[in-house]
Amino acid sequence: MLNVRDLNVYYGVIHALKNISLTVGPGEIVTLIGANGAGKTTLLRTISGLITPRSGDVQFEGRSVIKTPAKEIVRLGISQVPEGRRVFATMSVEENLEMGAYLRKDKAGVQKDLEMVYSRFPRLQERRKQLAGTLSGGEQQMLAIGRALMARPRLLLLDEPSMGLAPILVQEIFQIIGEINRAGTTILLVEQNAHMALSVANRAYVLETGQIKLSGSSAELAQSEEVKKAYLGG
Amino acid sequence: MTTFIQQLINGLSVGSIYALIALGYTMVYGIIKLINFAHGDVFMAGAFVAYFSYTGLHLGFFGSLVVSMAACAVLGVVIERFAYRPLRKSTRIAALITAIGVSLFLENAGIITVGAQARGYPNMLPDTAFNLGGVTVSTKQIGIIALTVVMMVILQYIVHRTKIGKAMRAVAYDPEAAQLMGIDVDRTISFTFAIGSALAAAAGVVYGAYYSAIDPLMGIMPGLKAFIAAVLGGIGIIPGAMVGGLVLGLIETLVQSLGFSLWRDAVAFALLILILLIKPEGLFGKHAREKV
Ligand SMILES: Nc1ncnc2c1ncn2[C@@H]1O[C@H](COP(=O)(O)OP(=O)(O)OP(=O)(O)O)[C@@H](O)[C@H]1O
Ligand SMILES: [Mg+2]
Repeated sequence: MLNVRDLNVYYGVIHALKNISLTVGPGEIVTLIGANGAGKTTLLRTISGLITPRSGDVQFEGRSVIKTPAKEIVRLGISQVPEGRRVFATMSVEENLEMGAYLRKDKAGVQKDLEMVYSRFPRLQERRKQLAGTLSGGEQQMLAIGRALMARPRLLLLDEPSMGLAPILVQEIFQIIGEINRAGTTILLVEQNAHMALSVANRAYVLETGQIKLSGSSAELAQSEEVKKAYLGG
Repeated sequence: MTTFIQQLINGLSVGSIYALIALGYTMVYGIIKLINFAHGDVFMAGAFVAYFSYTGLHLGFFGSLVVSMAACAVLGVVIERFAYRPLRKSTRIAALITAIGVSLFLENAGIITVGAQARGYPNMLPDTAFNLGGVTVSTKQIGIIALTVVMMVILQYIVHRTKIGKAMRAVAYDPEAAQLMGIDVDRTISFTFAIGSALAAAAGVVYGAYYSAIDPLMGIMPGLKAFIAAVLGGIGIIPGAMVGGLVLGLIETLVQSLGFSLWRDAVAFALLILILLIKPEGLFGKHAREKV
């Protein structure tokens, strides 16, 4: 479904992604784990069209998308839940969700998806008229996920959805990620919380200073000494 | 009491003009963080387009108003497209200097095409004065205030109820997140300039009707005053610009009615300094939000 090949991304002279190749198959949850500054966000931003790589390719469902501007990527079926949530704080919860469906013309379908998001996140429904900026961190994360789902993506990119959340909320978010996937959405999940990420994903890649260091099934990686030492706290 | 109500109506009339111009300042600032110093000159252009539509094409008040608003919407979009967009990624000072350049360009283009002398503005609105319990109100003033209220209601409707209006607010808050929703940021910015410039045009028509004279440099002072109004309300905040404009109009009228006409402009600028010292985020502003 998603095919990243020999991707090189630079910020000025900083070589942020070095020959990255990875794939995500239809229906999978693939996780990309790595420490601060490894380049995880950079990869998701490149896939979403916010950054143009210097070389290499990103293919989605067989077509190259590196020259496609960000606003068109959504139309193709890729939505991103960005790092730090980035909800529109000055707009209501419901308006945020409407923005997620910005490109859609099928009013009835949008209404149905709105109800779907509300049933998945009842707390958002209670707060639908409230400004997004007044939500708690966990609620904002749910809103950011709901907003991305409103575009009805086939591939969902999640950038550290557990960041800054209490353990109980992290559990909840990961459970929801599993549900979204079972409902038919393919997921590429970026995480620092390797433990949780490996528990929900089918396969995983480990990114270190811009390079893929390891890859394999989640079960394999969870057993690997290297991963245990570096990412699972011993 | 009657003098008070009298001055209130006068203040609201002047304030309406400031408010209509201030809205454009604040909307543009909200979305691209630029003080569009050419905005007062778009207001001037609006007054002239309506002047020629009325006297030359005999379109009547509403026809001239609509033509002028449409023409200025296009002018605003063109200014953004060719003067500001190429600089969107450069420093703010570069954009600011460009805005001043565009302002000078429009003023001089005005002088070349229509001449520097002031010309009398046609009486587009019926001007009958009537007495309401000792208060003299002119139909013109009522018309100006009513028109302003209608414009503000329409603007609120666009910004809060329409898709493009919501996109404007999304882009103003976080352009990159807006792109991730599929929002066309360039188009949204163009739309913002169109709306802001159309409101400035309406202000130009109102100004002409109220003061009965227009000239190519007429945009300078009201432009600065409207900028003060926008800062007073909290730059980037739409209701702030409305209230800021009306409040500034009222203050000026108050100063004038107390017999300090010569101090009117000085008071406005003193107010600006005061806000910047005491409450730089303006009446409606939250404490300066740092975006992370
Ligand atoms: N806009 C930028 N300009 C210059 N360098 C950048 C920029 N954004 C990121 N970098 C650098 O690129 C590298 C990768 O950053 P990136 O944000 O992709 O890491 P990350 O894996 O997402 O980290 P984190 O877990 O902290 O979010 C870092 O060294 C970072 O300093
Ligand atoms: Mg990151």
